[in-house]
Amino acid sequence: MSETHEDTAVAERVDIRAVPVRHYGRWVAGAIIVLLAAIVVHSVVTNRAMQWGLVGDYLFNDRVLRGLQNTLVLTAISMVIGVVGGVLLAVMRLSPNPLTSGAAGLYIWLFRGTPLITQLIIWNYLAQFYPRLGIGIPFGPTFVSADTNALISPLLAALLGLGLNEAAYMAEIVRGGIMSVDQGQLEAASALGMSRGRTLRRIILPQAMRVIIPPTGNETIAMLKTTSLVTVIAYFELMNAVQQIYAQNYRIAPLLIVAALWYLFLTSILTLIQMVIEKRFSRGAARPAARQKTWGSRMLGFSFGAREQGMT
Amino acid sequence: MTPVVLAQAIHKRFGRLEVLKGIDFEVRPREVACLIGPSGSGKSTLLRCINHLEKIDAGRLYVDGRLVGYRQRGEKLYELREREIAAQRKDIGMVFQRFNLFPHMTALENVMEAPVQVRRENRQAARDRARELLDQVGLADKENAYPAQLSGGQQQRVAIARALAMRPKLMLFDEPTSALDPELVGDVLGVMRRLADDGMTMVVVTHEMQFAREVADKVLFMDGGVVVEEGDPEEVIGHPKHERTRAFLARVLSPND
Repeated sequence: MSETHEDTAVAERVDIRAVPVRHYGRWVAGAIIVLLAAIVVHSVVTNRAMQWGLVGDYLFNDRVLRGLQNTLVLTAISMVIGVVGGVLLAVMRLSPNPLTSGAAGLYIWLFRGTPLITQLIIWNYLAQFYPRLGIGIPFGPTFVSADTNALISPLLAALLGLGLNEAAYMAEIVRGGIMSVDQGQLEAASALGMSRGRTLRRIILPQAMRVIIPPTGNETIAMLKTTSLVTVIAYFELMNAVQQIYAQNYRIAPLLIVAALWYLFLTSILTLIQMVIEKRFSRGAARPAARQKTWGSRMLGFSFGAREQGMT
Repeated sequence: MTPVVLAQAIHKRFGRLEVLKGIDFEVRPREVACLIGPSGSGKSTLLRCINHLEKIDAGRLYVDGRLVGYRQRGEKLYELREREIAAQRKDIGMVFQRFNLFPHMTALENVMEAPVQVRRENRQAARDRARELLDQVGLADKENAYPAQLSGGQQQRVAIARALAMRPKLMLFDEPTSALDPELVGDVLGVMRRLADDGMTMVVVTHEMQFAREVADKVLFMDGGVVVEEGDPEEVIGHPKHERTRAFLARVLSPND
């Protein structure tokens, strides 16, 4: 029985040439979207309030570029504080010592439970809470002390506000990553005689990275935009620079577009970097990226020349 | 001659559930002991006690003449520090049911990891030895493969090589073939058989009666947290004395299983 079945299959192989499903709904929706896009593009390009010429002039304005530089520095340092603090807090949170994990929990609760803008202003006005800061023995004498206002510059207040807040969010991301690693990995490492610390560094964290990296990329991108909040404590960054310029010349619309374009450009770059890093950390994961259908085939329901590769 | 494993009246409970109810047994150097019994009989727990992945609640457990997990001064027991427990485990190799290879490392890196990180061996020497071990388990051509690219049987053989890389005095196998497709079981058992022939001391939790019969020097049948029957494989598997052993073997060995 099976032999004859096989024979016919080999002898009369007929490739399937079926008429693909036509997605009429997609075509209608597509037409509406193209029309709407045309309206928006037309209004943006022809709207005189945008003053596109000025946008070009101010895009590489000296003050804008200096603000941009500060935005990048702020993003980078805040994220470093956030990641290092987050790993520390996550490890504390998972500690068997209830006071250690409780302290980390309290920190996370406090910093996630209050708005960032409130925290930034508190750091900026730290002198209102503690006029002088010093180093000494707890409940004992103080050796050195300084005026809080002299100590906390707008930059330091911004870094403390952004970095410490970020650490609370990163802690949860790192903790999720660590907990996603199979318990068997810990046992295998223990059985080989590896210490807790070495197991964490060599076995657990590298695997947790695959879960930690994508949301950390998102956090970095969010941070880049969130730095604009420090304009409330008058730290000079991109948004603050733009505001200063339009406060003088009232060219509000083009300058806001300048700021938006820069943020858009930088977030796009960061997204690309994130994709590269994600690829690197997925080593050993046997899940090849699903082959995307082409743009045309999704719209039309078929694509030209798909027969050769697709149907075997 | 000091036994490699000496267990005296071991008890272990998880909450209210008593899993081990007074186990005595010993494994001498170069001996292969197979633990058999229905699931939930406590055989895996017993195995995990031997390298202190589980803490025992009562009794004494010695590996190579040294108390596992504790230090005894007079009548008093002191818990060992984490570093001291890790040092004890260095000499005990363990192979898990679910392989537990490190997925972010290649086969070669998996085998090299502990010698380099724990024994502080020179990288090149560790690499050479890892290659040798992979060759021994028949995977010389897979050194650059990640675990996800290997079949279950291949992963388990890498796991055996990884445990052997630490030059253990004792190897523990926790149902090493239970998670494998039937056609892959033979390769893993073959590697274990050669290991036994080379004189490795082994404690094996297994459902492979054929393997136990041919390779083991001693078989322990466990049920309900106690050793019901113990002895020569021909005796225990071939001519069981206890009703419970007979019932278990009838179920396991039934051809229409």
